[in-house]
Amino acid sequence: MNAPFQPETTSLDLLAVGTKARVLSIDWSVLEKAEASRLRHFGFDEGVTVEPSHLGPFGRDPMAIRVGRMTVAIRRKHAGAIHVQPIR
Amino acid sequence: MNPLPLVAVAGSPNAGKSALFNALTGARQKVGNYPGVTVERHSGRLMLADGRPVEMVDLPGAYSLDPASPDEAVTRDVLLGQQKGERQPDALVIVVDASNLDNHLRFALQLIELGHPTIVALNMVDLAKRDGLELDSKALERELGVPVIETVAVRRRGIQDLHSALDNMLSAPFCGVHKPVKSDLIHLQRRAREIATAAVVSETPVRRWTHRLDAVLLHPVAGPIILALIMFVMFQAVFAWSAAPMDWIGQGVAWLSGVVANALPAGLFRSLIVDGAIAGVGAVITFLPQILILFLFILLLEGTGYMVRAAFLMDKLMHGVGLSGRAFIPLLSSFACAVPGIMATRTIDDPKDRLTTILVAPLMTCSARLPVYTLIIAAFIPNTRVVWGVGLQGLVMFGLYVCGIAGALLAALVLRRGVLKGSGGGFMMELPKYQWPLPKDVAIGLLTRAQIFLKRAGTIILGTTIILWALASIPQAGPGQKQSEVSIAGHIATGIEKVVAPIGFNHDISLALLPAMAAREVSVSAIATVYSIDSPDQQAGATRLQDQLQHRWSLATALAFLAWFIFAPQCISTIAVTRRETNGWKWPLFMVSYLFLLAYIAAGLTYWTAVALGL
Repeated sequence: MNAPFQPETTSLDLLAVGTKARVLSIDWSVLEKAEASRLRHFGFDEGVTVEPSHLGPFGRDPMAIRVGRMTVAIRRKHAGAIHVQPIR
Repeated sequence: MNPLPLVAVAGSPNAGKSALFNALTGARQKVGNYPGVTVERHSGRLMLADGRPVEMVDLPGAYSLDPASPDEAVTRDVLLGQQKGERQPDALVIVVDASNLDNHLRFALQLIELGHPTIVALNMVDLAKRDGLELDSKALERELGVPVIETVAVRRRGIQDLHSALDNMLSAPFCGVHKPVKSDLIHLQRRAREIATAAVVSETPVRRWTHRLDAVLLHPVAGPIILALIMFVMFQAVFAWSAAPMDWIGQGVAWLSGVVANALPAGLFRSLIVDGAIAGVGAVITFLPQILILFLFILLLEGTGYMVRAAFLMDKLMHGVGLSGRAFIPLLSSFACAVPGIMATRTIDDPKDRLTTILVAPLMTCSARLPVYTLIIAAFIPNTRVVWGVGLQGLVMFGLYVCGIAGALLAALVLRRGVLKGSGGGFMMELPKYQWPLPKDVAIGLLTRAQIFLKRAGTIILGTTIILWALASIPQAGPGQKQSEVSIAGHIATGIEKVVAPIGFNHDISLALLPAMAAREVSVSAIATVYSIDSPDQQAGATRLQDQLQHRWSLATALAFLAWFIFAPQCISTIAVTRRETNGWKWPLFMVSYLFLLAYIAAGLTYWTAVALGL
């Protein structure tokens, strides 16, 4: 599809604090079963809006992410499995 | 007679479920354990309008019936009627957070599908309003097909309505048909979002309190500093506030043993009651104030929602040694006592993370080591100043704490590379809204902990103490003999001495090590007893004991004794709680072995180095 002004897609761990983005896809295969179901429990799903709100003080890990009306903490490596498109 | 009707309270974590449960049942709660698992069962009673009693059970918080932790598995099994030791609930109260409906309705939908008579408590409607969220509970009721009651559990609002709704529900006959779960999670989640959107009347964006607080408390620089300050205040409180009440308990125990000693004729029975039961249990309940103060802080930090933030701040550092941020709280608790610390590991989802935390928790310097450290340091370390404001004695004490922490981190690192090898669980936690915990909920939590602690002191510790007393008193020494050598314990000590002589331990220490298995601080009173029994002409007393130690022990022996207690797992309660939390003897035995090995090596290295240096 031709979308010339579409912002580039990225993964959640590379998103700057305060940047809202829409979840495009989640690579469930790189997550362990319990981790995958935890992410689903938190409401991570295609189409939802997410936003990193805080980063851990050491090595910017873990990340606090706003998803829906919740804020959840996940490690950077798990955020890497979530592909997003920043919302302008 | 039929058992009481059972009503289960279920909901996602942070829905205010326990507050609602407390509001419904009051302070008279029972805490037990589900058989075979280390998940607590909280139950209480409620009276219906017609006087019929109902049993309420507070199920562990869960995000769905697809469990990701042992707690969630219990919730699922109870709801499906498959949990051992629990009957099928007759009705359900589902608690959802009004300001987080799109998430919490997913679990609610899944539960409604099970077909129990169900009521939904739309909780914390006041906070939702504060966040600018106006909800239509009638619309929600239509969509869900079950009664929806607006509640504010912490203000007891809506509790009466919930009560009458339960009344109606339990009056109608329930045939107990349960459809199996059919919808998948993704579908339920999307449906939940639709319903939540439909139930919202209006939403005004407001800057939420939680976000403002997080901006400070999770700040990369300010956050860790505030955490360190909170920890500092907590430790100060645990030691400073507890001094007076611990004194009172100590005096009370001394008074009681004096009264009993006067009332009973001298002999074995009096010795059993006074030296065995009262002294042993007394020594342990002295720590009740410290444990309660520590738990007060932990309950407050948990209740406000700060605890999860502390775990967030510490996760990266803990991850470095193969632990998760969630291990921070249990390890912190272990500075007061490893027993509540090990119990607090229940919040760690990953089994290997949890086991590692349990195995290293006894390395944190618990309050029972303080009497030992204080005595030896006072007797052997000169009270000189190292630099301005820092004394040598204080420095040694600090060093012992640091050695414990370093030992724990190192042990975790090695365990994670060896027996507990594995990728380790991730760190995934919800950061709940900040809120003021209700004093009543905190009080209930403290009361429960105190009961558990006292019950243990009255059973396990009492039993062990009596056995150890018997070993140390039988047979009675004849004239010219030493009780410490004639008794069964004395003979065992002679055996132990063969093993510990190379690391500089004498017969007195060997004898003290045995009763110290009950609790480390018992070694102090044991040494005192040995010296007073063996030389009755001398007056016993704290200064006397220091003098005696200086005469009888070399500095090298004293230092080795300190090094020993950094590691030695000498605490029957810790071993017992480890057995209970790991469901077997394998891990407690492993823990005891590796810690004794470390203690032996540490004491040996200290002794040999000290001797080589001519100390």
